[in-house]
Amino acid sequence: MESTFLQWLAEPGLTHYLMVSAILFSLGLLAVISRKNVIMVLMGVELILNSANLNFIAFSRFTELALDGQMIALFVIIIAAAEAAVALAIVLNIYNRFKTINLNEISLMKG
Amino acid sequence: MPGKPANDKPTYDEANRLMELSAILFYAFTVLTVGSAAYMVFSKNIVHAAFALIFSLSGVAALYVLLYADFVAATQILVYVGGILILILFGIMLTTLDFTENLKTVTVNMLPASLLSGAVAVLLLYVFFAAEWTTIVPADRDGTMYDLGMMLMNEYLLPFQIAGVLLLVAIIGALLMSTRHKNEP
Repeated sequence: MESTFLQWLAEPGLTHYLMVSAILFSLGLLAVISRKNVIMVLMGVELILNSANLNFIAFSRFTELALDGQMIALFVIIIAAAEAAVALAIVLNIYNRFKTINLNEISLMKG
Repeated sequence: MPGKPANDKPTYDEANRLMELSAILFYAFTVLTVGSAAYMVFSKNIVHAAFALIFSLSGVAALYVLLYADFVAATQILVYVGGILILILFGIMLTTLDFTENLKTVTVNMLPASLLSGAVAVLLLYVFFAAEWTTIVPADRDGTMYDLGMMLMNEYLLPFQIAGVLLLVAIIGALLMSTRHKNEP
């Protein structure tokens, strides 16, 4: 039992990479939920996208998915770039209008 | 090693040593990635958080290299570290009122948020550990760039074009949104 666990530790396989991506996902989720600053929330979203990408590439290495996984990861990176550009433009607009980027102060409705 | 034929199979000892080296590299880059991500999440200073995110994304790129995804790793460094993070740093600089005071960010709902993400982490780790994945023995291969290029020009041609149009739309939208200043309400 002891030696098999050590051997499991010594040979990084699919499960290792999936665990790293699970930890990255939960850290990103924590950043998204618990921060007031919009830019910190955006950084958490980037972390979540990266954990998904790590999953895709780990599966493309260790299963039959082959290079299709890497292709999907490339498209995820493209969409993340577009998302970051548009989101930061929106953040700049919000800052011009409200003079703050804290999520709980951005509100036009009364009550 | 001099005098060795080029396409000689590695001996058992050499394969073992390579395996150990890749395991050590995997754990080193895992520590870098997860540690920087944790520093980013728990840091109070938003500029420190952005720089920690740079290190975390570079660590993810190194993990891609360990997974034989060289082109995706290069793209990750070019797009994320060279593009998105610089954009985020610009965003931070353009949206802080003073130079130093407002770099601090506030956390809200820390207890339920950490409970929720801890539960998600435990659930995901349990599922990933307990599931029986049908894996194959990964083959050693050389660069992926040729195969990716062939796929991109054959079966992925339509998504490729759509991605180009999407980037164009995103550029025009970002330009319009950030340069148009109408009367403030």
